[in-house]
Amino acid sequence: MAVPRFWREIPNRYNLVGARCGNCNKVLFPPRYICPFCRRMGKLEPYRLKRRGKVLTYTVVHAAANGFEDQAPYVLAIVELEDGPRLTAQVTDCNTDEIKIGDEVEIVFRRMGEDGQDGVIYYGFKARRV
Amino acid sequence: MDVGVVGYGVYIPRYRIRVEEIAKVWGDDPESVKRGLLIEEKSVPAPDEDTATIAVEAARNALKQTGIDPHDIEAIYVGSESHPYAVKPTATIVAEAIEATPDLTAADYEFACKAGTVGIQTCMGAVEAGMIKYGMAIGSDTAQSAPGDALEYTAAAGGCAFIVGRNGSKTLAAIEDTYSYTTDTPDFWRREMRSYPKHGGRFTGKPGYFKHVLAAANGLLRKLQLTPQDFAYVVFHQPNGKFPLLAAKELGFSKEQVAPGLLVSKIGNTYSGSTMIGLAAVLDQAKPEERILAVSYGSGAGSDAFSIIVRDGIESKRDAAPKVLDYVGQRVIIDYATYAKFKKLLVK
Amino acid sequence: MRDVAVIGVGLTKFGELWDVSFRQMMMEAGARAIEDAGIDGKQIDAMYVGNMSSGQFIRQEHISSIVADHAGLVPIPSTRVEGACASGGLALRQAVIAVASGIHDIIVAGGIEKMTDVLTGQATGALATAADQEWEVFVGATFPGLYALMARRHMYEFGTTEEQMAMVAVKNHHNACFNTCAQYKTEITVEDVLKSPVVTSPIKLLDCSPITDGAACVILAPAEKARKFTDTPIVVTGTGQASDTISLHGRSSLTSIRATTEAAQTAYKMARVKPDDIDLVEVHDCFTIAEIMAIEDLGFCKKGEGGKMTEQGETAIGGRIPVNTSGGLKGKGHPVGATGIAQAVEIVQQLRGEAGKRQSDGAEVGLTHNVGGSGGTAVVHVLRRGD
Repeated sequence: MAVPRFWREIPNRYNLVGARCGNCNKVLFPPRYICPFCRRMGKLEPYRLKRRGKVLTYTVVHAAANGFEDQAPYVLAIVELEDGPRLTAQVTDCNTDEIKIGDEVEIVFRRMGEDGQDGVIYYGFKARRV
Repeated sequence: MDVGVVGYGVYIPRYRIRVEEIAKVWGDDPESVKRGLLIEEKSVPAPDEDTATIAVEAARNALKQTGIDPHDIEAIYVGSESHPYAVKPTATIVAEAIEATPDLTAADYEFACKAGTVGIQTCMGAVEAGMIKYGMAIGSDTAQSAPGDALEYTAAAGGCAFIVGRNGSKTLAAIEDTYSYTTDTPDFWRREMRSYPKHGGRFTGKPGYFKHVLAAANGLLRKLQLTPQDFAYVVFHQPNGKFPLLAAKELGFSKEQVAPGLLVSKIGNTYSGSTMIGLAAVLDQAKPEERILAVSYGSGAGSDAFSIIVRDGIESKRDAAPKVLDYVGQRVIIDYATYAKFKKLLVK
Repeated sequence: MRDVAVIGVGLTKFGELWDVSFRQMMMEAGARAIEDAGIDGKQIDAMYVGNMSSGQFIRQEHISSIVADHAGLVPIPSTRVEGACASGGLALRQAVIAVASGIHDIIVAGGIEKMTDVLTGQATGALATAADQEWEVFVGATFPGLYALMARRHMYEFGTTEEQMAMVAVKNHHNACFNTCAQYKTEITVEDVLKSPVVTSPIKLLDCSPITDGAACVILAPAEKARKFTDTPIVVTGTGQASDTISLHGRSSLTSIRATTEAAQTAYKMARVKPDDIDLVEVHDCFTIAEIMAIEDLGFCKKGEGGKMTEQGETAIGGRIPVNTSGGLKGKGHPVGATGIAQAVEIVQQLRGEAGKRQSDGAEVGLTHNVGGSGGTAVVHVLRRGD
């Protein structure tokens, strides 16, 4: 991923900064530029989401995504955050037979990958069962 | 000095490899190793952890204790021997991840295992001078050791963050004073662009660790006109389980004073995190008015000694974040093959 | 708006076609369709070509020009249409709309993908660009992984089993045995599927459609003129398309592809039919769970009963509503951009009575269902035997 593209998303990836619409009060993550519910009537402001949620569904990935080969097999899940939005995240520090739908998780700061040995290191969020 | 600890936080990865497992690979006698080093197992970072991620979790835990606005942290220093980048500071990654940016100064430190405590001293000076309101010093490492080297039994991973500020309602312990002893002693080093450190074997003992630790401790005691009996606890840098006990004995401290801050047998040597994690473990249980002596050691070489007095109100503050023993107790045993994969000794 | 009919169809073999290039495939499919329609190339007024990722697979964009050029058909208007795996279906819809509007008479709608020149890892990486790069792929999701997340939730909410999913693959492989163009012409068993390596639980290797080269083509004309070209015009009576969030986590449901339901509703309304009126369908079975969700979302059974419906044989050739008589993406192959067009080819052949051993007797109304990504796009067409 190109450096500027990653850099722009640092607040979102490191700190779960999304948006809240001043009009309909819905919390949005990942961030958007138009409230999908209110469109032009929406008033989006930055909002930092709480780092707690629960697992809605999961899969154990054996054929890993690029950059995740050293972690295969790993657990990938869709998490519903306490503030409402859902996100997709790897569940780290989790044995592949330990994950269940409904598990409570917290969002933690982990190394996501790198642009090769000479390139930038990507950090971001993963989920971890509490 | 009128500075103190506003909050502290720790993080230790959950994976552990036991001495027996490493000894099996190299044909060592595990009982000899355990007897010689007084260590049972060490922590191993997961493939998606590094010094920065460990530092961030420790920093976030420290903030949980304090309730301060991260924007009031006006200096962040991260000390490590395993910074993710050779050039590009870990401190800015931490600063961003705790939302302390942009009104602050930040930098990384290197001084082997005392790079974290050096940061504490820098923060103390800046706070005392009125230059900053709060400063954060972090010691964090994912130590590397050459396969088959004696260090493989102890080189571990972990981190600790201390927030320093002026004494007041926000501080849970006062830092009475600090004293450092520094010489140019090449006992343990790693050259630029090489993967593993080298060391002088037995030379790391008397001329290295003991000379500096004892001198720093005695220097501070002299400065403050105190004796070991004035302290409830003493914490040393913990490269293995033996050195801190010998240092304590030499200085006139008892086993009971050392024990609560001695964690190496369960988590290994967390390098820049070592002394700070030991100090955090003591603070997790210390009572107001108790005095703590903490003495770090960094090869190269130097030692930072601190005298810390616990204040009222610490009990409620320290319950807000996970304690050291919570992390020590959270463990997943792995075998050498998994260890090698995690440490990227085996790469697909 | 006038009615539109299909007057000719053609497709290449689907498979790993090492000897055949992108340009050659398109010409082959096109030539067969033109011959089937009995027209002269000069009669073609415009072309729409569905293709997902020529840039990533063969480092070539500007497909529209390439195809018109190599077909010898410049200077007619030529447009490349992209909607991930729905590219073919979208190209068909654009062509239908263009003929219906009266702006053109005879239009070629083609689809093509050349996927096997690159290594498998590069191919799956290219396919993953159908997902949300920032918030799905970057955090470790793979394309099969997204469908696996839907499968797991479907199993959790409705009790769908891995065996039922395997039965989809078994049926489609069986059907493909009767399809000369199919990539795979061997039978498999449920046990074969269950024992195949796990790609991303619960999806196993034999739950996944393959990486395939292929091209397909249909020729459209106004229905009122169709009899000039063919005795068996097949009328496109309904077309519907819908979009949804790019990411699975952004959707309103994890077990249903809303774009399918929306697109189908539009197509059904336009064609003045209900699900009960449909005789057979070609659905987008990129993974076996996708077929199970599709037959639910298209209204052929209640939500959650797709597995049972499959298990009871209702979707087999000769069943209540045969699904994927061509072999589907699973058995026939999935050259991404070509799939949507190939589905139309199958329905046309079925409605003409030309489907040989795959024939669903007496079929009058058919439906094609083509999805992009994990459900960000869906396009549905209803076709009927012309008068």
